[in-house]
Amino acid sequence: MAELKKYLEIGSSPHITDGASVDVIMRNVFLALLPVTVFAIYAFGIGAALVLATATISCILTEHLLCKATGAPSTVGDWSVAITGLLYGLTLPPGLPLWMVAVGGVFGVGIGKFLFGGLGSNAFNPALVGRAFLQAAFPQAMTHWQYPFLENRFEQVPTSVLAMPFAEPAYDAATAATPLARMKFEALFAETPELMAGLTTGSVGETCGVLILLGGLYLVVRNFMNWRIPVSIFMAVAVMTWIFQQIDPATYPGPLFMLFSGGLMLGAVFMATDMVASPITNPGCWLYGVLIGVLVVVIRFWGGMPEGVMYAILLANAVSPHIDNLIQPRVYGTGRGVQ
Amino acid sequence: MLHFARKNTFRHGVHPPENKDDTAHLPIRQFPFAPVLIVPLSQHLGKPARPVVREGQEVIRGETIAEADGFVSVAMHAPASGMVRRITLAPSIAGHMIPSVFIEPFPASTQEVDDGEPCPLDTATPDEIVQAIQRAGIVGLGGAAFPTHVKLKPPEGKQLDTLFINGVECEPYLTTDHRVMLEQTDDIFMGIRYLLKATGTREVIIAIEANKPDAADRLRQGCPGDLPVTVRVSPVKYPQGAEKMVFSALLGREVPSGGLPADINAICCNVATTAEIGRLLPRGRGIQERVITIGGPGVAKRGNYRIPIGTPVRFALEACGAADNISRVFMGGPMMGPSVSNLDIPITKGTSGIIAFTTAETGEATGHRKVYPCIHCARCVEACPIFLNPSQLGLLAKVEEYERMAEEYHLMDCFECGACSYVCPSHIPLVQYFRLAKKMVRKLSAA
Repeated sequence: MAELKKYLEIGSSPHITDGASVDVIMRNVFLALLPVTVFAIYAFGIGAALVLATATISCILTEHLLCKATGAPSTVGDWSVAITGLLYGLTLPPGLPLWMVAVGGVFGVGIGKFLFGGLGSNAFNPALVGRAFLQAAFPQAMTHWQYPFLENRFEQVPTSVLAMPFAEPAYDAATAATPLARMKFEALFAETPELMAGLTTGSVGETCGVLILLGGLYLVVRNFMNWRIPVSIFMAVAVMTWIFQQIDPATYPGPLFMLFSGGLMLGAVFMATDMVASPITNPGCWLYGVLIGVLVVVIRFWGGMPEGVMYAILLANAVSPHIDNLIQPRVYGTGRGVQ
Repeated sequence: MLHFARKNTFRHGVHPPENKDDTAHLPIRQFPFAPVLIVPLSQHLGKPARPVVREGQEVIRGETIAEADGFVSVAMHAPASGMVRRITLAPSIAGHMIPSVFIEPFPASTQEVDDGEPCPLDTATPDEIVQAIQRAGIVGLGGAAFPTHVKLKPPEGKQLDTLFINGVECEPYLTTDHRVMLEQTDDIFMGIRYLLKATGTREVIIAIEANKPDAADRLRQGCPGDLPVTVRVSPVKYPQGAEKMVFSALLGREVPSGGLPADINAICCNVATTAEIGRLLPRGRGIQERVITIGGPGVAKRGNYRIPIGTPVRFALEACGAADNISRVFMGGPMMGPSVSNLDIPITKGTSGIIAFTTAETGEATGHRKVYPCIHCARCVEACPIFLNPSQLGLLAKVEEYERMAEEYHLMDCFECGACSYVCPSHIPLVQYFRLAKKMVRKLSAA
């Protein structure tokens, strides 16, 4: 009989785990965004590639430098800021000047995430905080849309993208109108198949609804996303739109148009589902999703802007902690569990 | 609730790898005697037993060496014929020093067990059975080590209807209940007869998990026609074997928060405990050994053993060929079993297994993982079998808001199954926080 080792490791049970890790979850979300990213570059060319790269790098650098400046170890390795950066880039117009992209990234991560306490403490989705800042600061640049599938998109960098800081960006072509702007200002409704396949204009990564859904499906299957949030958003938008379409089909579009136009798909699948800023219980998630859906329809139909997904999600983010206070799981042996 | 009752399972829970194949097919074998057996006088919840032997006295295997001190206490029996060397303090798994009887077995003894005064099933009254169970030193062998006879006496005004026999054994690695069900089927039914008579229940449900179909078959075939027994098979899920989960899965009812199973007219008894009642009471004997699984990657001769109470963990591991790179040893399963800090602590009545991990399963390999902030992923909320909010509780524990945890978030209902820590991708030691918090709350409310 061998003499046993003298020193044992001790620890409180459980002594096993299922191997899940924050960085694994985050890497998978990043992976799920790749098809959308590739399509975005294919549709909008070098300009989109530069915008996406600048957005991602500016966000990662901001977090890294802020960590260093405060003497904390860098948290870039958890991949969450990489997602924030890529998502943020995907919500921007393809011709946006790069210096604006960088400013928004610094703001989103610096104010929207780091100031709140970093990963796990951000009340709002940092990518949307960055975008909201740009929307407020540079409303014109943020509503200048480039046509997709331009002939020379892989050879020529759009002039506006390389604009000098604080200079008026020069555009190569007149702005295209997004399907939502055409709905709002001209009462013209785009064909649904066109919208689903990403043949219309819009932000870099919001146009191809099918690929976004594919990424979301992957995350749901891997159990890295709460499917109740996108599903409740879709249901709320579809039901509410359908009701108004029944009332006045000339003014209001159909549910499919509403689901596949603008940033709804990208927002519902990848933004609203940010675990940190959404409720923790399933009933809470249903309520949160319905709230986003209703706000989107209200802003799109009766607000001053054609698109409302960003503000709808940010508002719901603000309500999310209150939903968690309101809706707690019913503990075993209390309430209706006991007859 | 009815919907879930039909599926024979509960909501939430986790699916850890079962790791039972190494030992599930191995018959129970008798374990040799260690040179010194250490019998703690407190192996159960409740008051320690009162020793009735002196240092230097010879004892016979099975002889009572300590008597129950009060109602919530049980007797202890000599695990071997030998000499009482010392009665002094010895370390326990929890880290406390507790009075223990050190017995040196006689090497030449045949180690026969003498029968005591039997408790005849036909003529004994319910109270006599309860006393006999206490005299036999029987406690819950599933791990909690709560004196069994105390459960049989419900508070005034409570009627017991359904007797659950718990053979779920949902902890990974452990296969003792599985083997007991296969090899001691008749003892189990004899035990059920005693329990039926003692409690006045009219219905018996044996709960089993679907990974033990042979045990379910054996119990169905072996069941005497006159016994009101049904065998119910639940899907494999942790912690299906927790008493509260058995009730919600098979009865469709929940034990009220802070209440007792008697509040829903139910009683739950571990299958190995039941088998011991059936084996010991007709012979008037007491518990001086129990069945445990010795296993895990750090052990060569894995198996199910009938081991004398008081065997030091060191002896058990050495006899089973412990690996050189053994690094963490725990008593019971990997989900709830406390880890062993001192190899000289003895196996007690509540020890259902000794599992050894090597450096490949612990330490650098997996143990010291980076802790991230909570990202509200809700995996713990989806795992908690009693529907707590471990995420919120964890945040409160970190800032030491223990009273708020208890008052607003039902901390004291947590039975520490560890499902939340098991799934947490941020590697936050949730259940570990809750153990500490519960201790602090008890301390604060006692002060």
